[in-house]
Amino acid sequence: MTINAQTHITDAIIIGAGPVGLFSVFELGLLDIKAHLVDILDRPGGQCAELYPEKPIYDIPGFPVVTGQALTDNLMKQIEPFSPIFHFQQMAESLIKLDNGNWQLATDQGTILEAKVIIIAAGGGSFMPKKPKIDNLEEYEGTSVFYAVRQMKQFEGKNLLIAGGGDSALDWCLNLQPLAQSTKLVHRRSEFRAAPDSVSKMRALVEDKKMELFVGDIKELHGHNGQLEAVTVHPKGSDPYQIECDTLLAFYGLTMKLGPIANFGLNLHENLIPVDTEKFETNTDGIFSIGDINTYPGKLKLILSGFHEGALMAQQAFRYIYPDKKLRFQYTTSSSSLQEKLGVDNNEAA
Amino acid sequence: MKILVTDRDGKEHALEAIEGWRVMEIIKDYKLDLKAECGGACCCATCHVYVHPDWVEKLHDMRDDEEDMLDEAMEVEDNSRLSCQILMSEELDGLRVTIAPGTEI
Repeated sequence: MTINAQTHITDAIIIGAGPVGLFSVFELGLLDIKAHLVDILDRPGGQCAELYPEKPIYDIPGFPVVTGQALTDNLMKQIEPFSPIFHFQQMAESLIKLDNGNWQLATDQGTILEAKVIIIAAGGGSFMPKKPKIDNLEEYEGTSVFYAVRQMKQFEGKNLLIAGGGDSALDWCLNLQPLAQSTKLVHRRSEFRAAPDSVSKMRALVEDKKMELFVGDIKELHGHNGQLEAVTVHPKGSDPYQIECDTLLAFYGLTMKLGPIANFGLNLHENLIPVDTEKFETNTDGIFSIGDINTYPGKLKLILSGFHEGALMAQQAFRYIYPDKKLRFQYTTSSSSLQEKLGVDNNEAA
Repeated sequence: MKILVTDRDGKEHALEAIEGWRVMEIIKDYKLDLKAECGGACCCATCHVYVHPDWVEKLHDMRDDEEDMLDEAMEVEDNSRLSCQILMSEELDGLRVTIAPGTEI
């Protein structure tokens, strides 16, 4: 974990770099509001990038069909003139109000950000690892059971058991096998959805007796004081058996959880953040919520609704950031000052 | 046309089904607790259900992407399916499914 003691001071902090968070950079940018974005994923796009990059979306105005990734790429291009700063692979962890009236946001990676307004565009929440249903799992988490690899060195000399059948499981099998004392892979079936090349490399290692492969589901963990010693695996149609290991890396995919936002002191209704429909502001002045994570009468969880919410939110954000300036509403089609912000070459446009 | 859905507390609900709708959509429409976070794209496994033994054979076979996605579901059994991949039709009138663990909102 890297601790970054420097505080980033900006106008607006957007939590979530999904389509709605990205487009709000545009709406804020037109009003001269600079933004930093925090996202737990390693790239922009949120659900569009993580869950369905290749799936077609049919209800984005002006796009009869667009994939999640193409929409993300287009939004990134659209907001480029405003040079947003991204803080990826970090979860917004705590939010406090400073004496100067600004908000200070800290991430789980130690990044500190300060701004006049906070925009929560966190969709379904943070993508977090899915955890297997095992009774005493918590006892071993962080000591023997892990869901991600931040530093490979941590697994040097370990008797590793890796669970899962996707790219993460297979990639870490191949990467950690040379470092580990022993490497074992357990998966619910003998087919793998990971890249075929990784699967053949893994099978070759098994063939060479450099690692072992087991088929079944992990149902029990055994050990003492958080130190794992073995797991019980239930294979389909035969008797359970134990696998010895001191470290378990489980890769069952990601799921969205509200996470620390629940502790920001905001009103919540069924894990959604209620807002008004004029400014999309929460019960706390200066904290806005847009996109799938907010709720109001008639709310529809659509990307296009989130875009609208971002545009109205930006108007109120302007009043906090430039209290002495008059807000003038302008169109990008006619306003030369907006076009200048967007980098439009007016000699060419004319 | 109806489907019978057992929730995680063991209570069975008779839900009015609509031809062409995904079973996941019907369950969500009745606000039963089913996460289905990818919205029917076969990308998340959080609409996992167990199909009643009487109905397993009557469903179309799983495509590879559904079988692959079940890798991310919890407590997968031989009668496990993703409810977003079951399209309602007259032949499935009376279909019985149970919402699986790991699909909580």
